[in-house]
Amino acid sequence: MNTAYAGTIFMYVATVALAIPLGRYIAKVFKGEKTWFDFIAPLERLIFRLSGIDTKKEMNWKQHLIALLSINVLWLFYAFFCLMFQNHLPLNPDGNPGQTPDLAFNTAISFITNTNLQDYSGESGATYYTQLFVFTFLHFVSAATGIAAMMVVFKAMKDKVTDKLGNFWDFFVKSITRILLPISFVVAIILAFNGTPTSYKGKDTYISMQGDTVHVSRGPAAGMIAIKQVGTNGGGWYGANSAHPLENPNYLTNIVENISIILIPIALVFALGFYLDKKKLAWVIFGVMTLGFMIAVFPSINAEVGGNPAIAHLGISQPGGSMEGKEVRFGAAASAYWGVCTTVTSNGSVNAMHDSMMPVSGIAQMFDMMINAFYGGVGVGYLNFYIFIIIAVFISGLMVGRTPEFMGRKIEAREMKIASLVALLHPFMILVSTAIASYVLVHFPNINWAEKPSAWLNNPSFHGFSEMLYQFTSSSANNGSGYEGLGDNSIFWNVSAGLVMIISRFLPIIGPVAIAGILANKKFVPESAGTLKTDTGTFGVMIFAVIIIIAALSFFPSLALGPIAEHFSFK
Amino acid sequence: MKTYFLPSIRITIVLIVLCAGLYPLLVAAVGKLTPGGGDGVAVTVNGKVVGYANVGQKFTKDKYFNSRPSAADYKADASAGSNKGPTNPDYLKDVEKRIDTFLVHNPGVKRADIPAELVTASGSGLDPDLSPAGAKIQAARIARVRGLAVDKVLALVDAHTQKPLWGLFGPEKVNVLQLNVALDEVKP
Repeated sequence: MNTAYAGTIFMYVATVALAIPLGRYIAKVFKGEKTWFDFIAPLERLIFRLSGIDTKKEMNWKQHLIALLSINVLWLFYAFFCLMFQNHLPLNPDGNPGQTPDLAFNTAISFITNTNLQDYSGESGATYYTQLFVFTFLHFVSAATGIAAMMVVFKAMKDKVTDKLGNFWDFFVKSITRILLPISFVVAIILAFNGTPTSYKGKDTYISMQGDTVHVSRGPAAGMIAIKQVGTNGGGWYGANSAHPLENPNYLTNIVENISIILIPIALVFALGFYLDKKKLAWVIFGVMTLGFMIAVFPSINAEVGGNPAIAHLGISQPGGSMEGKEVRFGAAASAYWGVCTTVTSNGSVNAMHDSMMPVSGIAQMFDMMINAFYGGVGVGYLNFYIFIIIAVFISGLMVGRTPEFMGRKIEAREMKIASLVALLHPFMILVSTAIASYVLVHFPNINWAEKPSAWLNNPSFHGFSEMLYQFTSSSANNGSGYEGLGDNSIFWNVSAGLVMIISRFLPIIGPVAIAGILANKKFVPESAGTLKTDTGTFGVMIFAVIIIIAALSFFPSLALGPIAEHFSFK
Repeated sequence: MKTYFLPSIRITIVLIVLCAGLYPLLVAAVGKLTPGGGDGVAVTVNGKVVGYANVGQKFTKDKYFNSRPSAADYKADASAGSNKGPTNPDYLKDVEKRIDTFLVHNPGVKRADIPAELVTASGSGLDPDLSPAGAKIQAARIARVRGLAVDKVLALVDAHTQKPLWGLFGPEKVNVLQLNVALDEVKP
């Protein structure tokens, strides 16, 4: 068992050790300083020339958002039609059918929003064309969209008064060519050498030792799996995601994939420190995020390693902890650790089935997604955290009777309105949609739909409610993991989750970028004795308190009906 | 609109070629150098493919080390977990049934010694491994059915036990397919 704990500690320490130099590198990339990766510059120039883009033209925050939104709309249509007609497109060796319109709607939104909720199963619901030319492509560009939006906010936090905030296409393309592609390539090669398929061959058939005929799904999976982790996407090649033995063949690949999940989100926090030369602020943010992460990790590992009390009641032994939905090669500790990593970031890939985990893990995972800013998704995690900073600055300003200021700019009514709306959007989307689903389930269980609500849930009682709550929490957090027992490939779930995902993706990008853009245009007030310092431990505690209070007040009642009630129902 | 949509379309095409065309091809090219050449690592007996090393398969016969229960019935083109919640009463009845079945097939084994992995379904439905304890508890049955000495079967499990990564990280495990291939080669 000790090697199991050692594995999780190693994963965390190695991640932070890699994240610091990576953060320094990312800051250099966006400052335009020399790096050892500059040999890629001709490729970037070629991309810009073919696209007819002049990266020297700087944009204000509105132009940034227009560019970001227009290209995302384009991808939405592209993905939707490819998925519906994938059976007519090339690279379909297994002869899989096209997706239904509601499923294609859900899947297209799911991948452009970096969520990757998968209401289909990779082996039978997608083709090699859509896996590569839709999913892998969107894995890269949705992650780069997040980083580019974050860069606008970084740039706006500099002390120069300006409305020129760099060029969107420049941030966007460099995120791919200098960060996402190189790291993904390394991860893909490690996966390939450990048994993940890379070739374009279709299913293989063999006769097993007991005489069963078995079809094995394969395909060029390694590259897609690498970027799914690196870009906090999470949408896997196979139905079982990273629990699948070809998607995550052994403990080494598990370490590599798990590090990839939280590497860039942590690196971006350090990148902020290097970029603005505010290393202390970066450490305060990192400290708050890490505290939130640890509060989730320890109880979850403890619960999974301790085993299922209901199984213990049956009189058998649980030397490996709770094993339902888990793989022997990872064990309970590494599965619980992954479960928290994938929910604090907006990754959503799984190496064990969350639906079968202990209620304590359910609380940890859902709470992570409800906050959605402890590390968070690439780029967008920091944007969510930025909203909490603004609110914390405002509240502490009121408490001590000073004008709320952040990075030398006064925070006023307009910014606070935007911040409050964005902070309230997340609980609104999750709670209202869960309430609607519960209402439909209770009052119209046998309504004349293709999939009757009475057939939605895979588990009764509190856990059944958790399945619905988890689905909308995951959608709104753009996470993408699920309590997969839920019958989510039906019109109600495809459409409702699709709408939640798209609203909860773009409003929380628009809000922070707008606030940052407005602030950058304001008069710069140099730090004085009257300034509330934001790079201190005290302010860190303040941010943490704001986050916990907002989340606890909004979400505690819903958690009490689901996983908390289930936990106390163990005899 | 033209200032944004036209470049959007063009850069989308360029990046599709780069990220979805060239990148996977490059990975596939390197994949040719890996064990299995990127097609997956097959296990062959007498020149015949009997399975994939990483992909678990169904072993339910008494003469083989049984693999874990699978919600996907070991269909390697439809991976899935059971997604049963820990307090679900129907699920707990299923586990109870599996325990009873195991006890019938393995007389002499104490209930309290059965490791949970043998009566719970894996995440993928394709778990290729067992813990050493999960394999060893089946040794007496296999020895009886095959007419082997129990010690010989236990030694085989030990020989196939894979240590934690670098001796430091993660659990010990035994690959069920490779263990059963080796088991077929043992002479009484």
